[in-house]
Amino acid sequence: MQDIDIADLKRITELVYQKYNYDFRNYAMSSFKRRMLRIMELKKLTVDTLLKKLTDTPNFIYEFLDELTVNVTEMFRDPSFWRVMREEIIPSILLNHKNFKIWHAGCSSGEEVLSMAIMLKEMGIHQDVTLFATDLDINILERARAATYHVKNMELNEKNYIRFQGNATLKDYYKEENGYAVFNKDLLMNVTFRKHDLVLGEVFNKFDLVLCRNVMIYFNQSLQNEVLKKFHESLFKYGYLCIGSKESLIWCDYASRFIVVNNEEKIYKKIKD
Amino acid sequence: MSAIKLNNSYKAVVIGGSAGSFQGVIKILSQLPKGFPLPIIMALHRLKHVRHGFVEALSIKSVVQVTEPYDKEAIKKGGVYLAPANYHMSIELGNYFALSTEEMVNNSRPAIDITLGTCAYVYKEKLIGILLSGANRDGALGMKNIHDKGGLTIVQDPAECMIETMPKAALAVTEIDHVMKVDQIVDFFKELDKQYR
Repeated sequence: MQDIDIADLKRITELVYQKYNYDFRNYAMSSFKRRMLRIMELKKLTVDTLLKKLTDTPNFIYEFLDELTVNVTEMFRDPSFWRVMREEIIPSILLNHKNFKIWHAGCSSGEEVLSMAIMLKEMGIHQDVTLFATDLDINILERARAATYHVKNMELNEKNYIRFQGNATLKDYYKEENGYAVFNKDLLMNVTFRKHDLVLGEVFNKFDLVLCRNVMIYFNQSLQNEVLKKFHESLFKYGYLCIGSKESLIWCDYASRFIVVNNEEKIYKKIKD
Repeated sequence: MSAIKLNNSYKAVVIGGSAGSFQGVIKILSQLPKGFPLPIIMALHRLKHVRHGFVEALSIKSVVQVTEPYDKEAIKKGGVYLAPANYHMSIELGNYFALSTEEMVNNSRPAIDITLGTCAYVYKEKLIGILLSGANRDGALGMKNIHDKGGLTIVQDPAECMIETMPKAALAVTEIDHVMKVDQIVDFFKELDKQYR
């Protein structure tokens, strides 16, 4: 297997930043390195031919982004998190607003936004909620819009849904076609999918709830710090922020503007502007 | 134990294990010398969707409380760490953990190869790698990374393993410094501890 040193990783991130305006310079080193080695192996490239391809073939950037971003996700990942959403967080938002807005930041192939839509439907409030689902990678946004997943992934999704204790079966929400589970498109009627870059992108709306689970783990601490400021600005006062179960905000400057609502599920509430 | 030349230059111990390794890990942790100075970093195969119970089960017998680190948590001397369920656990230059949800490696998440490989990259010759019983080949490449960077490599004696595939795979791909039974590994930790007193 090839190896790649820090100087080469810097050459790649500098080129991608200068030429394409995507900034991976503050990504966590170990996982970023694995992504580069993976791209090189999949596309049969060396560091030099990768740099050349990025320089000479502008369309290659989309393939590059698609392979670079980690698109491993599940429906109802951490079922206990989703139970807390249904039983505590959403009801608490509903105390003050009938209509509210949710942002799935780094939505990948859309399993999480679909889980949210199903949960809201089962709560009978699907029509009252506006959802935004964003990602850096336009290819993965297409897959999210299609809401179509290989049946081999459905076993895990079904298991999670059962542990979430939904009031139907997941099969009620999709049809099987040629080895794929095709979800009912009505579920996504209130969802706007759009390209958005958490690193360089501007704050674009205000939300009552932001989900960004297992996305910031790919950033180094200084970038996590910057992105948390954007989430803070994107939340209404008393809005909620959800991160992955093994992520933490305590190192961030803005941590003191949030309180922990549920430490186990890593749900925070903005309490200070 | 006389054949083993030890010194106090090591900075960390990393342990990989899978099926059949639980009892061995318990034995090692329960007989760890008090105040053992190095961090012990463990990647053990576990149920992907059960977040709770494992670290608690290990901690009951362990001399030191075992923790599942948060992303970007600093590695402390004497800390005993376990890769959390459904995350890969890497070590970064600067001596802290980084978690990720990348694709499974060797059908595993956490993958032992990732933890061992990143430890080897960061600690180089100042690392001790230990691979215990297990039913697949995860960890073999990581042990090779450790050896290639000059670290010390130990596998559990396949004759003692409940499932020998894992240590045997490591023995097949790289030079292993010591093949030991769990009791010998326990003694090894005691000897190692003395080097730092």
